[in-house]
Amino acid sequence: MREIHVDDIVAAIEGLFIDANINLSDSVFEALNSAIGKEESPVGKEVLRELIKNANIAKEEHIPICQDTGLAVTFLEIGQDVHIHGGSLIDAVNEGVRRAYKNGYLRKSCCDPFSRKNTGDNTPAIIHTSIVPGDRIKIVALPKGGGSENYGEVRMLVPSQGREGVKSFVLEMVKKGGPNPCPPIIVGIGIGGNFETSALLSKEALMVPIGRRNENPSIAELELEILNDINKTGVGPQGYGGTVTALDVHVKMMPCHIASLPVAVNIQCHAHRIKEVTI
Amino acid sequence: MMEIRRITTPLENGVVEALKAGEKVLISGYIYTARDAAHKRFIDALSIGEALPFDIKNQVIYYCGPSPASPGRVIGACGPTTSSRMDLYAPKLLSLGLKGMIGKGKRSQSVKDAVKQYKAIYFGATGGAGALLSKSVISCEVIAYEELGPEAVRKLGVKDMPLFVINDIYGNDLYETGMLKYEK
Repeated sequence: MREIHVDDIVAAIEGLFIDANINLSDSVFEALNSAIGKEESPVGKEVLRELIKNANIAKEEHIPICQDTGLAVTFLEIGQDVHIHGGSLIDAVNEGVRRAYKNGYLRKSCCDPFSRKNTGDNTPAIIHTSIVPGDRIKIVALPKGGGSENYGEVRMLVPSQGREGVKSFVLEMVKKGGPNPCPPIIVGIGIGGNFETSALLSKEALMVPIGRRNENPSIAELELEILNDINKTGVGPQGYGGTVTALDVHVKMMPCHIASLPVAVNIQCHAHRIKEVTI
Repeated sequence: MMEIRRITTPLENGVVEALKAGEKVLISGYIYTARDAAHKRFIDALSIGEALPFDIKNQVIYYCGPSPASPGRVIGACGPTTSSRMDLYAPKLLSLGLKGMIGKGKRSQSVKDAVKQYKAIYFGATGGAGALLSKSVISCEVIAYEELGPEAVRKLGVKDMPLFVINDIYGNDLYETGMLKYEK
């Protein structure tokens, strides 16, 4: 049994959310740079240059990349040999988020669904936990803005719709979003499981590094087919028209019910903010 | 590299007539932030015969709710929010002399018609470029509805804020023409 005090979790969370909102990772910089070469539209190229300039300014001056510093989506992989002490894990995550959004001058964007009254501290965080072998805790912070999140959807397809049905669904969501999810986007697709796990799979798919393909060659091929189709829509950077509408597409798949074909599409904007630490 | 035109506020008809969808511009002068809640208050005020909190004639509104400014800064990250939520209110303001709107995302047909009819421009600020756009802001003053926090009306002094012309007075729409041009 390894002892981990909640204070360490609070500190890790605070650090991760501030870091994620200010420091765009190298892999996203590379993807944006490479997109400039691929983009055929002069306006599209100009937008991509602005996005890179923006990320550099954010990093150098410690300001958020985007004013929508998102809801605090947090994934915790907890080793089954860990004993967390000193308080509640969930409270610790929320306290870490509270501190990050206060001390990091991040925007509080969490409110009551009906009254729209702001909760004031960007909590409650969106927390996903899983139990894994080992004695560590891996924490992933994925601040997720509302603009891109609003163009995601879960749909229970009919099994006979198959692969082509999945492709049509994704294309439909990308076209519906157009400029609004701030292209160039990254698309996470969850296939299988059930209603709620397909959605979770789609969010986990967004966490796969840009450029990495699914281990299953047939699914890897599907990822590239969809990416290609998305880039043929002409939506382009910021929806102003162009050939780079998506930076990448990732699929996560698991078995599902014999009567179902659950599919979830989760869209991420170009400000793909994700940081992790293992304690 | 794209050719870039410098423009200043207040916007005169001559400038508006020269702008075409797809152009990049650098705007300087004062612009006013307002989004959902402020727009509702504007329209409510007008409906009971009250004045708006600032003289809107020839001015530009920026749909933006900035993140908090850290010490020593004028403003936090200040990229645009999705404009379509303000579509209901925009035609009325355009009829009263509003000359520019800055945001992101498509506008409704009635907004595009009003842009044409009243000679105004809808500009796009790059979504998610909150840090870059904040560099163009040299002053920031809350002038109305302070209790709305990020949604308050702020008078921003800007220098060379980079924008794209999305809807011009000739009925062109960069979202439509752009996508059609690059669709394969």
